[in-house]
Amino acid sequence: MATTTITKTEKLVGKRIRRREDPRLITGTATYVDDIKMPGMLYAAILRSPHAAAKIRSIDISKAKALKGVHAVFVGEDTKNAGAVPCGASLPGLRVPHHNLLAIDRVYLVGHPVAVVVATDRYVARDGAELIEVDYEPEAAVADPEKALAPGAHAVHPQWADNVAFTFHQEGGDVAKAFAEADVIVKQRIVSQRLIPNSMETRGVVADWHAADRSMNLFTSTQAPHLVRSLVAQILGLEENRFRVVAPEVGGGFGAKIQTYAEEILLAWISMKLQKPVKWIESRRENFLCTIHGRGHVDFYEIAAKRDGTITGIKLKIIQDLGAYFTVLTPAIPTLSVLMMPGLYRTPNIQADIVGAFTNCTPTDAYRGAGRPEATHGIERMVDMVAAELKMDPAEIRLKNFVRNEEFPFPTATGLVYDSGDYSAPLKKAMEMAGYDQLRKEQVEARKQGKLMGIGLCAYGEICAFGPSPATPAGGWESATVKIEPSGQVTVLTGISPHGQGEETTFAQITGDELGVGIDDVLVLHGDTSLVPYGIGTFGSRSTAVGGTALYYALQDLKAKVKKFGAMLLESEDVTLANGQCTDNKTGKSVGFKEIAAAAYRAMKLPPNTEPGLLATHFWEPPNFTFPFGAHLVVTDVDRDTGNVSIRRYIAIDDCGNILNPLIVDGQVHGGVAQGIGQALWEQAVYDDNGQLVTGEFMDYTMPRAHMMPWIESGHTVTPTPVNPLGVKGVGEAGTIGASPAVVNSVVDALSPLGVKHLDMPLTPEKLWKLISAGSNA
Amino acid sequence: MIPQQFEYSAPKTLDEALGLLAEGAKPLAGGMSLIPMMKLRLASPEHLVDLGRIKDLNYIREEGGAIHIGATATHQDVLSSPLLRGKCPLLAETAAHIGDVQVRNMGTIGGSVAHADPSADYPAALQALEAKIVLKGAKSERTVSAEDFFVDTFTTALEPGEIVREVIVPIDGDGTGTNYQKVLQPASGFAIVGVAVRVRKQGEKVTLARIGVTGLSNRAFRAKEAEKALEGRSGSPAEIQAVAALVGQGIDANSDLHASAEYRLHLTAVYAAKALATALGRIA
Repeated sequence: MATTTITKTEKLVGKRIRRREDPRLITGTATYVDDIKMPGMLYAAILRSPHAAAKIRSIDISKAKALKGVHAVFVGEDTKNAGAVPCGASLPGLRVPHHNLLAIDRVYLVGHPVAVVVATDRYVARDGAELIEVDYEPEAAVADPEKALAPGAHAVHPQWADNVAFTFHQEGGDVAKAFAEADVIVKQRIVSQRLIPNSMETRGVVADWHAADRSMNLFTSTQAPHLVRSLVAQILGLEENRFRVVAPEVGGGFGAKIQTYAEEILLAWISMKLQKPVKWIESRRENFLCTIHGRGHVDFYEIAAKRDGTITGIKLKIIQDLGAYFTVLTPAIPTLSVLMMPGLYRTPNIQADIVGAFTNCTPTDAYRGAGRPEATHGIERMVDMVAAELKMDPAEIRLKNFVRNEEFPFPTATGLVYDSGDYSAPLKKAMEMAGYDQLRKEQVEARKQGKLMGIGLCAYGEICAFGPSPATPAGGWESATVKIEPSGQVTVLTGISPHGQGEETTFAQITGDELGVGIDDVLVLHGDTSLVPYGIGTFGSRSTAVGGTALYYALQDLKAKVKKFGAMLLESEDVTLANGQCTDNKTGKSVGFKEIAAAAYRAMKLPPNTEPGLLATHFWEPPNFTFPFGAHLVVTDVDRDTGNVSIRRYIAIDDCGNILNPLIVDGQVHGGVAQGIGQALWEQAVYDDNGQLVTGEFMDYTMPRAHMMPWIESGHTVTPTPVNPLGVKGVGEAGTIGASPAVVNSVVDALSPLGVKHLDMPLTPEKLWKLISAGSNA
Repeated sequence: MIPQQFEYSAPKTLDEALGLLAEGAKPLAGGMSLIPMMKLRLASPEHLVDLGRIKDLNYIREEGGAIHIGATATHQDVLSSPLLRGKCPLLAETAAHIGDVQVRNMGTIGGSVAHADPSADYPAALQALEAKIVLKGAKSERTVSAEDFFVDTFTTALEPGEIVREVIVPIDGDGTGTNYQKVLQPASGFAIVGVAVRVRKQGEKVTLARIGVTGLSNRAFRAKEAEKALEGRSGSPAEIQAVAALVGQGIDANSDLHASAEYRLHLTAVYAAKALATALGRIA
C-alpha cells in the first residue's frame, strides 16, 4: 500500500497514513498482560466443569493444597460473599441468574469455574488444579434454544422451568393492516448460528493489591477499562479512586472484551486475600469455552409486500440462545436486532418478539456487529425471497424500498431516526464495478451449461456510535483531554480503549490538523484509568464518532487558548492559528507554536483572564446514533461435484461518512468481511446434546485464513453525518454486517435453478452437495 | 503450553536415543501432534527424547536404486528435495499438501508416519508407492511395507522402544505418472479424503496402478479392486470414472462434523477420478 509522507503544512485527515501503533506490534515489543511480571507474583489456574449440567456433591482440595508450590485453593463457598458477575442490561421482567465467581452447588455449562489454585508458577497451578477431586452428579443438559423452550426440557436453572429469561415485544405502525392488505406474504425461518469471537490474544488478568494504601492495580485485556474499574471496585467494596485498571496492549476483542468477567473480580479478590500480585492467563481452550460467544439466533420472519415490490410490513420472532447466565450485555443484544430490523427500507409497519432462552452453553454477548448482523442477514435474505416470489431483480426491489434521500432525518418504525444517507449510491456503485447487467447475462449462459453461478447483493445499514447516554446501560458519551507540553509536543488522553482500530493514528491526524502540528509531535494515550479521565471504551463502532468528537471539541477549547497566548506575544487582537504558527492578520508577523507553548508555561506574562498552562478536557454527549450503510456484491461459483463455494468477486462499498484514513478504513472493512465470510461459509460453535462444545479448538472450529479469502474490491461513497462535526459514522463492524447476507444470497442465487430458496449458515460443501445431488436426481 | 513436568533429553546419537527409548522414554520429532496433546494434557510423557539433534536421522539420499528418507527430514525438506522432485515426485507433491508453512518447517516424515493419523497425507502416498519403512530399536532393525505398517487409527507396527528410522520409496522410470489429490478439512488442514495415484503405462495399456487412500477410514489403505480394474486398460475417461467409483467400495467410511460417511465416499470417487486423470496425463 502506498503511504504518504507528511509535511507539517499538509492536511493529515483523509490521507493513507500508516498506523503508528504497528511498529511495536510487528516487532513483538508490545506489552500484553502476559508480559507483565511483578516481584513475588503468583499464578492462578482455574478448574472448570467437564459437565454441562451437574450437581456438585463434594469437592476435595486436600491433595492440591498439599502440592509443593501451591499457596492457596479456593472454591465457591470461599468466594460466595465476594459478589457476582454483573449484567448491565435491564429489560422488563428479566430473570437474572446469580452468576457466582466460582460454582457453589451446581454447574451450568462446560467450562463453569469450580475452583482456583494459586501457586508459585503456572505449571504448579495447573498441576494443582488437576489434583482437585470434584464429585459431580451429572444431569441431562439442553444445548439448543428451541429445544430449551420445548415442554419438558431440562431446566437450566431449576427455579425457572420454562428456560425463558425474558420476552420482549415491540410494534410500530399497523402491522395487522399491512398483512391483511398484502399481495404476497413470504415466511422463512433463518438461523444465525453461534460463533466464537477468537481474538488472537486470549483474556488475562494481573491483580496487584497494596493493603497499606488500599489500592488495587488491575491489568486486564479489556475494551472498557473504566467500566471494569467501576464494576469490580463496587463489587469488592473498594474505593474507585484507588482502583487502577490498565488495558495494556490488547490483541483484539471483537466485543468479547467489553464484559467484566468473573476472573477480573476473582483475581482482585485473590490478590487481596493473599496480599500478593496474581496472574491468570486464559488458555485457548478456556477462551473457546469461557469467553462469550456471539450470535445464536433462530429468527422467524414474515414479510408483507405489494405486487410492485413495496414492502409494507415485517414480523419477526427471535429466539435468542442466551447461554447459561449473563455477562454485561447478554440479553440486550437481540434488542439491537429489533431496532435494525427494517434495514435501509421505508417499511412503516413492524412487529417484533424476542424470547430469550437459557441453555447449558457459554453466554452469548456482543460479537462484531452485535445484533445488527443478525438483523441485516434476516432482512436481506427476506428481501431476496420477496424478489424471487415476485420475479423481480434483487437490485430493483432494494432500490424501490430504500429510504429516499429527501426523507432524512428518517424516523423508522422501530423508533430510531436515521441520520443521513444516499442508500442507492453504494448499491449502484457496486453494480457498476461488477458490470451487473453483463454478469446477469453471463449467468444465463452459465446456467444453460448447467453451471451454478450466483450473484448476491446485500444493502446493509448499521446503528453505530453508541450512543446517546439514555440508550446505553452505562453512559454513551466519551471524553478527551489534550495537553500541549512546554516543549510544544501534544499529548492526547482518550477515554476510548482501542485494541486494533488505529485511533493512535487517526486521533493524531485530527489533532495535527486542528493545532497545525506534525503527526510525530502528537502522542495518543489510552487504556489506563489512572492516566485518562473517565471514558466508556471501544465497541459498537463508536470510538472515532464519539471519542474523536470529544477530542475535536477539546481541541477547539485549546486552540482558543493558544491563540490568546499567540495574540499576547504578537501584541495583536486579530490572529490566525495555522501550520504551526500564530499569525497577526494585520501585520503578517507570526510566532511559532513552540514559543507559544513555552510562554504559556513560563508565564512571565499572561493574557487577560487567562490561566497558565495549555490543557483542555471535553466530555461529549452525542445527540443521536450514526447510521453507516453500504452494499456488497458477491459472485460465486458452486462446484456441482463437491458443493465447494468459490468466491469469484467480492465488492464491498461502504459509506461510513467522512474518511479520516482510507488505509485504516480499508483494513477495518477487510477484517470485517473476513469474519462475515467466516460466518457465511465456515464458522460454527457446535454443541452436542450433552452440552459438550464439539468445535472447541482450532482443529474443528474453522477460522477464516488469508488463503481462504477472496480479493476484496473495496470502494466508498461519502455521506457525512450531521450528528458530529467530523461527519464520521464508524466502520469497525461494517464489513461483518454486509458480508454474510451477500455471500448467502449469492449461493442461494447459484442454487436457485434447483429450486433452492434459502440456506442456513455455514454453507458447508456437504450441505450444498446434498441439495445439488438431490436436485440433479430429481 | 502448560504441560505436566517431564524430563527432556536431546541425544546426539541414535544409539543413545534408542537406549533411552528402551527404558520407556517417548520420542519427540517435530512435535506437531505430540505437543498439542501435551498442551491439552491428553498426553503426559514422563521423559521425552528429542530426535532433532541426531544428524544421522536427517537425510534424503539415493541408495541401491531407491530413495531413503531419514525420519527427521521435515515436510519442507521432502517437498523441496531435488532428488525426490526428480525421481519420486509423488512424495514431494504430497508433502506440499501438509498443514501450513510452519507445520511443514517443523513436522517430520518419521513423526507423521509413526503417529499414523488416519487423515494424514503421507500414508496415502506411501501406500501408492509401496514404500518400505525401517523400524529401529535398541537391539533390532526391521523393514516393513507401508501396507503392513499402518494397522489402525494411531496404531502402527511399531513395537515399544522402536522408532521409524527411515522411509524408502522407489524410483520409477519413464512411463510412470503420479498425483495426489486432497479435500482439505478447512479447520485442521488434514485430509477429509486424500487419494494418491501411481500409474505406469506401456504403449496404450496401464501395466501398473497403485491407489493409496487416506482420510476415508480408520487407516490409509490401497484400493486394490480399483487398481486391478485399471490394469490392462487404456485409462479412458469412462474407465477412470468406473475405476474411481471402486476406490471407496466396501469401505467403512469415517463420519464426523466435517463430512458424513456418504459425502466422504462421494468425494473419494470425485477426487480419485481427478488423481487418476492427472497421473495418467503426466505419464511421459
